[in-house]
Amino acid sequence: MKPGTTAAACAAVLGRDLALVWRRRGDALNPVLFAIIVVALFPFALGPETEVLARIAAGTIFVAVLLAGLLSLDGLFRSDLEDGSLEQLVLSPHPLALLLACKIAVHWLTTALPLIAVGPLLALLLHLPDGVLPVLVGALALATPLLSLIGAVCVALTIGMRRSGMLLTLLVLPLIVPVLIFGAGACNAAQLALPTAAPLLWLAAWLALALVLAPLAAAAALKISLT
Amino acid sequence: MNPNLDDPAPPLLQACALAYARNDEPIFGPLDFSLHAGEIVLIEGDNGSGKTTLLKVLSGLLEPTSGEVLLRGTTLTLARLSHQVALLGHLLGLKLELSALQNLHFAIGMGGLRGGITAQLALASVGLEGYEDQPVRTLSAGQRKRVGLARLLLVPAALWLLDEPYANLDREGIELVNRVLDAHARRGGAALITSHGAYAYTSGTPRRLKLRAEPGKMESAAA
Repeated sequence: MKPGTTAAACAAVLGRDLALVWRRRGDALNPVLFAIIVVALFPFALGPETEVLARIAAGTIFVAVLLAGLLSLDGLFRSDLEDGSLEQLVLSPHPLALLLACKIAVHWLTTALPLIAVGPLLALLLHLPDGVLPVLVGALALATPLLSLIGAVCVALTIGMRRSGMLLTLLVLPLIVPVLIFGAGACNAAQLALPTAAPLLWLAAWLALALVLAPLAAAAALKISLT
Repeated sequence: MNPNLDDPAPPLLQACALAYARNDEPIFGPLDFSLHAGEIVLIEGDNGSGKTTLLKVLSGLLEPTSGEVLLRGTTLTLARLSHQVALLGHLLGLKLELSALQNLHFAIGMGGLRGGITAQLALASVGLEGYEDQPVRTLSAGQRKRVGLARLLLVPAALWLLDEPYANLDREGIELVNRVLDAHARRGGAALITSHGAYAYTSGTPRRLKLRAEPGKMESAAA
């Protein structure tokens, strides 16, 4: 008789959620396509002048990526709630925060990582200066996990409500505005050849904090929502 | 609190003046009962008499309004769960896109594995041989229930809380549930089963607890 280890439970959550995303890969790609389309439409709307596009490039990409992440947040725990596997997660003797951290990690891997990977392509579409690209990718790599973590807490808080989509957006938006300001701010600073360490380090500090606290908060919120 | 200081083996599950109310409206209780290893207890009650809520409270998912649940003599809370309880509710916790086998492997990862059984064997013993790699979406409601039963066979939980395990099952499936329950009781496990009365645990003479739709009324009677 093997009671099962917490590591095995985390591996099970990671494996199952990745397998699920693979099975629903058409749906899973939606947020990624959304962000690419939004960015691709800007040159058509604003005209092809390189200076104008380069000026707004970093901010546009940031907004598109964050909105795409927001779009996919609602589904984070929804299907688990509807088929009862969320109950099984809560009832498992393993720390719920750790299991949720695995789910959040899968969310980031499948919604944000592809967008960071196509970041250079998006930058090319908007004529982002070459020197700014590493800062953009770095800022996105710090900002998108923050969105997944903060978003997960808000999703856990609103999951008990039937139509929580609007409320979720209202809850998440003010929380990610600072992330947007610092992330896009780092890119703008790079464009003006100013130092970018400060905003990036701020993002990194918040990320470190959220990595520790957000899964705990999400677990507590989920338990309240379920009872 | 340990009410069984003179008893060397406290009951597997004990409810002490257990009551639950939602928005000040009593759902059930106060209830007092205990469940020893090797016992199968049938909770009977009409629709809306609080059977599902009772199971949720007993599993630790809901906090009782008053009273407490003791699991082997220690208080059960959501913060202190153990591998000893397995809940099979109306929602089976199966992912429709994944195969029966994938779902069971997930359950093993979460709950651990009982000795001497594999996911394949468990599926075969609930009559789903040959359906291992079919997505659960393509299985019927009764077959999905059987996958849920296979999960119970795999995880090393001593206490099973089954919410309407007979629903959606054919005659053969009902016998299967009874067989599985008997084997579980012989191994020293215990189970609480809810039923609205249409089907019943047929083999042996399970104890019956009756929940009444009028709150606060409950009688315990040996069948």
